[in-house]
Amino acid sequence: MFDFQIVSTWLHGVLTGVMPEWAAILTESVLVALLIITLYAVFAIVLIYMERKICAFFQCRLGPMRVGKWGLLQVFSDVFKMLTKEIIEMRQSDRLLHNMAPFLVVAASMTTFACLPWNMGGHIIDFNVGVFFFLAIGSIGVVGILLAGWSSNNKYSLIGAMRSGAQIISYELSIGMVMLTMICLTGTMSFSEICQQQADYGWNILRGHVPAVLAFIIYLIAGNAECNRGPFDLPESESELTAGYHTEYSGMHFGYYYLAEYLNLFICAGMATTIFLGGWAPIYFPGLEGFNDVMAMIPGCVWFLGKTFFVVFLLMWERWTFPRLRIDQILSLEWKYLLPFTMVLLVVMALCVSLGLTF
Amino acid sequence: MEEKSYFEGLACGIKSLCTGLKTTMREFFTPKITEQYPENRKELQMFERFRGSLTMPHNEKNEHKCVGCGLCQMACPNGTINVTSEFYETEDGKKKKRLVKYEYNLGSCMFCQLCTQACPHGAIEFDQSFENAVFDRAKLIKTLNREGSKVQEK
Amino acid sequence: MSEELKPQAAAPATPQAAPQAPAAAPKKPAAPAAAAPAAPAENDCHVRTIERAAFRKEMERLHKEEKMDFLECLTGIDREEDGLAVIYHLESTATGKRTCVQVVCEGRETPNVPTVSDLWDIANIYEREVYDFYGIIFTGHPDMRRIYMREDWVGYPFRKDDETEKNNPLRMTNEPLADTTDTYTLTPDGTLTKEQRNIFGEEDYVVNIGPQHPSTHGVLHFRVCLQGEVIKKIDPILGYIHRGVEKISEQMTYPQTLALTDRLDYLGAMQNRHALCMCIEKAMGVEVSDRVKVIRTIMDELQRIDSHILFFSCLAQDLGATTAFLYGFRDREKILDIFEETCGGRLILNYNTIGGVMADIHPNFQKRVKEFIPYMRKNINEYFDIFINNVIFQHRAKGIGTLTKEQCIAFGCTGGTGRAAGWHNDVRKRMPYAAYDRVQFNEVTRTEGDSYARVLVRMDEILESLNIIEQLIDNIPEGNYREKMKPIIKVPAGTYYTAVEGSRGEFGVLLESKGDKSPYRLHYRSTGLPLVAVMDTACKDHLLADLITIGGTVDYVVPDIDR
Repeated sequence: MFDFQIVSTWLHGVLTGVMPEWAAILTESVLVALLIITLYAVFAIVLIYMERKICAFFQCRLGPMRVGKWGLLQVFSDVFKMLTKEIIEMRQSDRLLHNMAPFLVVAASMTTFACLPWNMGGHIIDFNVGVFFFLAIGSIGVVGILLAGWSSNNKYSLIGAMRSGAQIISYELSIGMVMLTMICLTGTMSFSEICQQQADYGWNILRGHVPAVLAFIIYLIAGNAECNRGPFDLPESESELTAGYHTEYSGMHFGYYYLAEYLNLFICAGMATTIFLGGWAPIYFPGLEGFNDVMAMIPGCVWFLGKTFFVVFLLMWERWTFPRLRIDQILSLEWKYLLPFTMVLLVVMALCVSLGLTF
Repeated sequence: MEEKSYFEGLACGIKSLCTGLKTTMREFFTPKITEQYPENRKELQMFERFRGSLTMPHNEKNEHKCVGCGLCQMACPNGTINVTSEFYETEDGKKKKRLVKYEYNLGSCMFCQLCTQACPHGAIEFDQSFENAVFDRAKLIKTLNREGSKVQEK
Repeated sequence: MSEELKPQAAAPATPQAAPQAPAAAPKKPAAPAAAAPAAPAENDCHVRTIERAAFRKEMERLHKEEKMDFLECLTGIDREEDGLAVIYHLESTATGKRTCVQVVCEGRETPNVPTVSDLWDIANIYEREVYDFYGIIFTGHPDMRRIYMREDWVGYPFRKDDETEKNNPLRMTNEPLADTTDTYTLTPDGTLTKEQRNIFGEEDYVVNIGPQHPSTHGVLHFRVCLQGEVIKKIDPILGYIHRGVEKISEQMTYPQTLALTDRLDYLGAMQNRHALCMCIEKAMGVEVSDRVKVIRTIMDELQRIDSHILFFSCLAQDLGATTAFLYGFRDREKILDIFEETCGGRLILNYNTIGGVMADIHPNFQKRVKEFIPYMRKNINEYFDIFINNVIFQHRAKGIGTLTKEQCIAFGCTGGTGRAAGWHNDVRKRMPYAAYDRVQFNEVTRTEGDSYARVLVRMDEILESLNIIEQLIDNIPEGNYREKMKPIIKVPAGTYYTAVEGSRGEFGVLLESKGDKSPYRLHYRSTGLPLVAVMDTACKDHLLADLITIGGTVDYVVPDIDR
């Protein structure tokens, strides 16, 4: 398996050769940041195209077909359109907060984006409480949403933001509990170690068998809710609140919300990949050495992206099948069903681990 | 609404959700129904009774059947049709009416067919054209009788 | 608003000018009334006039003693020198007995009639309509505001002597929205006193749903008073697409009025036009052939399926299930193709005409319909799989917006909404018309009266409609597809009322003729107006999200409400 650490060590060596240590680290940080931002934009475009096509196929349609071959350039033209649009300043809105809110959302989602383990040795943010950090940073997004709703001075936005706040805070609990369940299994909170373990001993979803599979399903549900995506998209439910908290946003400010929504989807799927499906770890069947060798030839980032997009597909499937929930249903789903379940799961997993019932 | 127990309700709920997921997944692989309109222009066949816009058919000798009686204009609820006719003297000294200009405003037409039903000679009919969008409203006012055309002799 | 006024303003000019131009063209207009039937027409209203003084007592008697609990239709008429009149159509849901009464007001300055809105809830909104159009003040009415016209409108546009254009130039200001409403009371000395009150309280958190809103199904405006997310009161504001169809019709010839009916409830175009054609035919004593009756029945049922599929689709869309929405549209496309092949239109069908139908059915018609029936029976299961049986939807619809049978009757909510509450109101059964007396079908009813029941009723009605079509499609009798009519159609003088079962309830046509070639008064009983009127009752104490569910399931169509 290719270890990305070789590249980063080499680069560090080259840079320290020509400049002092602090400058080298600064340069590296800038390079990584640029890389992350580029990836962020590229993935957003891929995801939007993917969502359009997949949703169309679920709905017996073809989706975008006109711009470019199979509509491949459609999203580019949409992004271009969004960039050229005017950012409208609303009268009697809180300008500062109104303009700041989208950046908070994007900043939160970019930082969590950087937590994903792209390859062996290819972690950008990785330390011993990585899971904890991920959850904490991810919650900043909700501040952006609440600010957007509040500062817009619009009743729809406010209702949307309040709903969003209630929803995200609730579902964060489930996500936290599910992650706790898996940490119980792995015994570490560092993403790189979680992945390394899975490369060595097999994917967590197989190691943890029944409780892990259940945790995975709960994660998919709670993750969709965390991203404000259907069927949990009621903060921006079109038919009730026109566009919810981002009703008053236009141009690229709206674009940031749009970007963040899709990237949160990717991050949510990426995190599922990391903690359940082995991150960058290739598939491994004991006894099939030839097959395993071939699988190990495929680079880790391909594995990671492949698995992530598979989870994205699952989330989209879920989204395009179900009707939207009502606010009380969302809360009762979380507090009456998901949270008790995750608690039981945590206990079951702890028992499994302590009794040595895991693989 | 009958009250189900907690677990029973949960099981029913999950079952219904799975049915939904199964349905969408099945449709994922069915043939798609999208018609790719401008690309399929050649194959696109409108139904023969479709009402696109009013036309006055002319034969190969540039003759139409309209005698300029104005019945269609009278029947029209919207004032869409404007028939201009004039009297002229035939060779044997009789005064006869003939069509000068047949103006039709596609913009205000509501395709109620009262004009075609009113016409005693079958001089006007609806065609199947449907690409009627123009950039200027003035272009929607069409003159249906062609330059130099005259009424078909029986 | 100002844009929409144009057709109304322009309409009187053209049709009047047109007949004068070639006066010699229709050869024999001399004997139109010769064929007039001696006996009163089948759909004659037999209007009973009640004295103004005894009116309120008589209405109370009818309501209490004769159990006339369904106010079918309330129409204002300007009879010029005979005064302004209001016609009430009443029906007893228990016995099926019907009656039609009218009251004539004195004077044109402040004509007034006691309100009946406390007896029949629906009278509230009907009386506002009459007030708006004729200026008849209903004393004791709790909310005497204009309903369709702008609030700064001058004059009463449906009065025959109203100078609409002179008084109402194109306004460049925004339409005002009143926060107050009036109640008039009649003092013993014959003058009116006005009492003003606020529609919403000072502390109320009022959110506008509409007029441009994704789930109001058109330009409908609700002012919703919220407490948190709980709805406390709804004030519907109508008229954003009021085109004055009824007024325009008064200047048109009978065949011309037909063209406007397709544009009322565009999902019931076939049935609307059927109602008007049937009303005119019956008034004139014209008997259409069996073939026409059967064709009309099949077409009505296809239209009903079309409408119910759209109902399902839009409801799914409103509740966030976009995929279900497109499945519905996929199937609806098949019906539209059938329509287009025979009628030449998909939405504006333009098919029924006085004395028959525009054209005979297309040779492919039967084949296509027969293909469609099994197709639809199969695909309706998919609707249940993806949406209706879904636990999320069930929780969102069961027990939401429950209307009791009594409420449905008091608000005149006919159609699926009433039937979901157990009210047998199907016109096809109550007063069979066309070929409905020769087919076997069940009137689908349920008892719950909630949103879920309303959905199920409509889904079952799709299946029932398929049954009706199946029974008729192979048995279309031979005959004329159109009776020969005179070039100028004149309806004998009288007041006529005919109703059909539209896609979303009873669609009625009230026609008052003076024997001319245009109607003196043409009133449509809107199927959607009662459904909007009931929204306040249905939504009270539900969540904002339920407004969408309830609005979707009562199934109103705005052009039909505003007319």
